[in-house]
Amino acid sequence: MATVSASRIDARFGELRGRRAKGLVIYLTAGDPSLDATGELLAAIDRAGADVIELGVPFSDPLADGPVIQRASERALRAGATLRKILEQLPKWSESIHAPIILFSYYNPVLQYGLERFARKAARAGAAGALIVDVTAEEAGEYVAAMRAENLDTIFLASPTSPNDRLMRAAALSSGFLYLISRTGTTGERSEISVTLKPLVERARKFTSLPLAVGFGISNPQQVKEVTAVADAAVVGSAIVHAIEEQYPSGGAAAIESFVRWLREGL
Amino acid sequence: MPAQTQTETWPDARGRFGEFGGRYVPETLMHPVEELEKAYEAARADEKFQAELRRLLKDFAGRPTPLFHARRLTERLGGAQIYLKREDLLHTGAHKINNCLGQGLLAQRMGKTRLIAETGAGQHGVATATVAALMGLECRVYMGEEDMARQAPNVFRMRLLGTEVVGVSSGSKTLKDAINEAMRDWVTNVENTHYLLGSVLGPHPYPAMVRDFHRVIGQETREQILKQTGRLPDVLFACVGGGSNSIGLFYDFIPDREVKMVGVEAGGRSLKLGEHAARFAGGRPGVLHGTYTYVLQTEDGLISNTHSVSAGLDYAAVGPEHAALYRQGRVEYTHVSDAEALDAARELACIEGIIPALESAHAVAEVIKRAPKMKRDEIVVINLSGRGDKDLGIFQSQGIL
Repeated sequence: MATVSASRIDARFGELRGRRAKGLVIYLTAGDPSLDATGELLAAIDRAGADVIELGVPFSDPLADGPVIQRASERALRAGATLRKILEQLPKWSESIHAPIILFSYYNPVLQYGLERFARKAARAGAAGALIVDVTAEEAGEYVAAMRAENLDTIFLASPTSPNDRLMRAAALSSGFLYLISRTGTTGERSEISVTLKPLVERARKFTSLPLAVGFGISNPQQVKEVTAVADAAVVGSAIVHAIEEQYPSGGAAAIESFVRWLREGL
Repeated sequence: MPAQTQTETWPDARGRFGEFGGRYVPETLMHPVEELEKAYEAARADEKFQAELRRLLKDFAGRPTPLFHARRLTERLGGAQIYLKREDLLHTGAHKINNCLGQGLLAQRMGKTRLIAETGAGQHGVATATVAALMGLECRVYMGEEDMARQAPNVFRMRLLGTEVVGVSSGSKTLKDAINEAMRDWVTNVENTHYLLGSVLGPHPYPAMVRDFHRVIGQETREQILKQTGRLPDVLFACVGGGSNSIGLFYDFIPDREVKMVGVEAGGRSLKLGEHAARFAGGRPGVLHGTYTYVLQTEDGLISNTHSVSAGLDYAAVGPEHAALYRQGRVEYTHVSDAEALDAARELACIEGIIPALESAHAVAEVIKRAPKMKRDEIVVINLSGRGDKDLGIFQSQGIL
């Protein structure tokens, strides 16, 4: 039986703050290119020092994602990765991993699985929380309640287009950290960090004391450095998925481990 | 005054039709969707906006459309009196222009300079391209590659109108994938772009707004049938893809309990998942493209591929208001097969001199089944939502020509 306490994500950010360090959040799609590979990749990313890991649940219609994560979703679905199978494998994966794992999904697979069942299984499997990309504050009531009942963190998104009232609501429903979208658009690597980022971080600070993680478009140590100069953590997704696509087949998990270590040079 | 019905209060403030509808979109789109809702509410109450829309519907699109008593088809079937609401006679060849003119004016009012749209059969794409040309807006239409091949004439029409048509090669290469791509464009270009969604789908306020722009179909039909026959019809028939032409015809008759309504979905090749688009026959509630509604999906909540000979009905979800009307039992939903729709199109062409779009032919097919069993003094209205010129290639490939 879970008890109410500081979550693993809180603990991780607390520890970072204690040594005035910034965090690196790494995203990968579960089942890309296979569920066995995901176990191996999670261990490698953890060894390389990721502070939090976002594990993507592939969806047939990933409308918030750019081409790189779309391709990863297609590979994962072809390999048979579903939410049910991911939750079956997760206990095995998570037991040897230090970084808290967040499940990252679109709503429909979670809704069909059942919100309470999802929260219960995710908690038992060792997940620390979840982020559902198409559930915003307005529609989040039942989902958040189910997650809270299992002491799981819920991470919400705030965007440069979110006015203050929306920013406040996203912050109020978030626990663990608040995820700031660096710019409008889908996920994907970009050569420059958006000028809209800094004002968004400054606005967010007014409404929450939660750690702020910034994602969308971050792909190299220089950008990690730029982002963590203003925020508490940088999220890297498409760049990792791209590296898995290109380097994992020949270089194995070791190649991805070095890639994450390289990103950490920006911290 | 009759008591206000539940449907008149739909959707509620959260965009819910009973339990269906809502807003499930990435956060970046939430504020634009809220702005759209505000702009629409203001425009709706603005007599100048309404007057300009009426002018365009009349002088540009060709409203009102006739209500035609199909006497030869009625005689052939030997039962109910059959009337056709001739939306196929509108400029651009389908009902879609009603909504495009409304949203086009709204986009201008909001200061947007660029329109994007998805299209299945190409009818909504052509209507959007037309409105963009009329109003001097930049325009890009997303269309699945499979649909571009089977509805090629509409691709040429859009290009001639100055619109950029972008083929979508992901997923099933049909309407669902075109909507994904349009949403990705919108989330990237929200500043200057209005997403001119073509059906009663998507996040609130789209389902209600698109319905409102199509209500004129039912309002005209009511006036015309009363004038021609002195009474309300017994049954209304319309095909249901996303559900815009059907809700347009049905909506103003919902309080008239004596008027039955039948929505006809695409039964495709069979009722095996992936072979059809009959959401009420094989789907269950879920979330797709911003709304909670009936969706064809796998056990794991992945969206299923669909099939219909008619590109405009080939979609995995249905408008949330239809889901509510289904749940309420106010509208009956059924489905007809590809083969039945093709036969019905040929029948109507030969006997009335009207070539219907394959979408609309689904509604005709259902009437061909039912009318013979009805009494001679009963009246049915079919929404003939589009014309079939775009489908000549399909008639050819299906061995009908």
